[in-house]
Amino acid sequence: MKPMTYVRARSVEEAAAAHAGRPDARYLAGGTNLVDLMKLGVERPELLVDITRLPLDRVEELPDGGLRIGATVPNSDLAGHPVVRERYPVLSQALLSGASGQLRNVATTAGNLLQRTRCAYFQDLGKPCNKRVPGSGCGALEGVNRDHAVLGHSEHCVATHPSDLAVALAALDAVVEMAGPGGGRTVELTEFHRLPQDSPDQDTVIRPGELITGVLLPALPTGALSRYRKARDRASYAFALASVAAVVQLDGGVVRQIGVAFGGLAHRPWRARRTEAALLGSRATPEALAQAVDAELAAAVPLRDNAYKVSLARDLAREVLGSLIARS
Amino acid sequence: MEASDGPRDPGTEPGSAAAERGGVLPPTHSRVTLRVNDTEHVLELDHRTTLLDLLREHLALTGSKKGCDQGQCGACTVLLDGRRVNSCLLLAVCQEGREVVTVEGLAEATVADGGLHPLQQAFLDRDALQCGYCTPGQLCSAVGMLEEAKSGQPSVVTDTERPGDAPVQLTVEEIRERLSGNLCRCGAYPHIVEAVQEVVVRDMAAREVTA
Repeated sequence: MKPMTYVRARSVEEAAAAHAGRPDARYLAGGTNLVDLMKLGVERPELLVDITRLPLDRVEELPDGGLRIGATVPNSDLAGHPVVRERYPVLSQALLSGASGQLRNVATTAGNLLQRTRCAYFQDLGKPCNKRVPGSGCGALEGVNRDHAVLGHSEHCVATHPSDLAVALAALDAVVEMAGPGGGRTVELTEFHRLPQDSPDQDTVIRPGELITGVLLPALPTGALSRYRKARDRASYAFALASVAAVVQLDGGVVRQIGVAFGGLAHRPWRARRTEAALLGSRATPEALAQAVDAELAAAVPLRDNAYKVSLARDLAREVLGSLIARS
Repeated sequence: MEASDGPRDPGTEPGSAAAERGGVLPPTHSRVTLRVNDTEHVLELDHRTTLLDLLREHLALTGSKKGCDQGQCGACTVLLDGRRVNSCLLLAVCQEGREVVTVEGLAEATVADGGLHPLQQAFLDRDALQCGYCTPGQLCSAVGMLEEAKSGQPSVVTDTERPGDAPVQLTVEEIRERLSGNLCRCGAYPHIVEAVQEVVVRDMAAREVTA
């Protein structure tokens, strides 16, 4: 680790001012990913701006029935929040499927969205990685790529985004709220993370010095049901090989609202718009449902070691959507 | 503030006149005040120091173990303001004003007569270890976990749609899921789960008596 200076910010303005004009600065919240990457030498900040004491640690109910989740709300507190459990079970389930009790007590909402890929080539300074060193190549493309992407990847990067939370937020139409040198702005969660294209060093659309201040969750219609399911190599405490988050609302047997997103398959949470379009306004028979899921996954281009992800994701999505529709 | 090239300004070594005056530290260091096992400490630390290294290297509290140093094994688990955390992933400078309990403090923190914490005794009684390296982390994690369950915090195997803050009943499935952040390479898991279960059952019996 490099020696570094440290600022404990007392307000969003103070944090932004400390970070301004310092490409070598990093905001530090829970640190469960950043500190790890600093030890590995992947991140080498010379200034840390500690944002853990900012007043961004609350979950507020909004007048329209939605929620505003502060950027530094710990994962465990958000998962256990009574309103989240009652109205957004998919969110609670996604959070509790990730990491361990110790990590969830520290890791924050915004930090979860900004965590980096767990691609072994990204974390190993001895290997080429366009995400870590642009232009150095991608070790995973022809390497060990069992854990890597099957959708939306490029010749420059085949990494996946590791978050469970972000997958649930993608299905829920969440919005990311940011403060920064150019003032505040909001971005839909599905537009917040990028596909790698030819610049995989950019995970998200966040600009230098910008700070996530919160996440907005819209209200769900009455009768909406939601669920998260994750497949992994061990029963607990492992990243997703594939996962699915789904929200559905039926009226008289007809799908009136639907949000579906995959995790573990792409450089960002993968919103399954084709599946949704195929089912919206229809009576979702098991046959229609199977076809709708296949329509999304037809775009998959597996790598040497990860063709299993396509059938795994298909089976997860069919089971989750089938169970939600059966309960509606 | 005066910059310094050295790792530590010799004028600010602990106990020096400069330190007592609140002397100038290099910009890569800070003075941190925190409580560990009920004792307040004021330390001058390089910002790179983790909470785990503070405990082991500066306070000689070597109960908390450095297993992976990457947040993957749980051997470094301590309680921070009452919540279980991986001390290897926390920078010490961020813990200003916080309260830390390590395995060395478990007995004092919870038992008036200075004996063992009930979980420590249950680990001994049930032979819940082989080499013992993961044990301090297992103990601190289990203490934090019992509080989480008592306060109604769900796990992924809890019915997450179940209402609010009623205590979660800790089945074997719940205990295994909630302690999944603590690895035991000797594979003592069956006895660890039994030891935790024993404390859960005893707690429940005690509550019924007082109720």
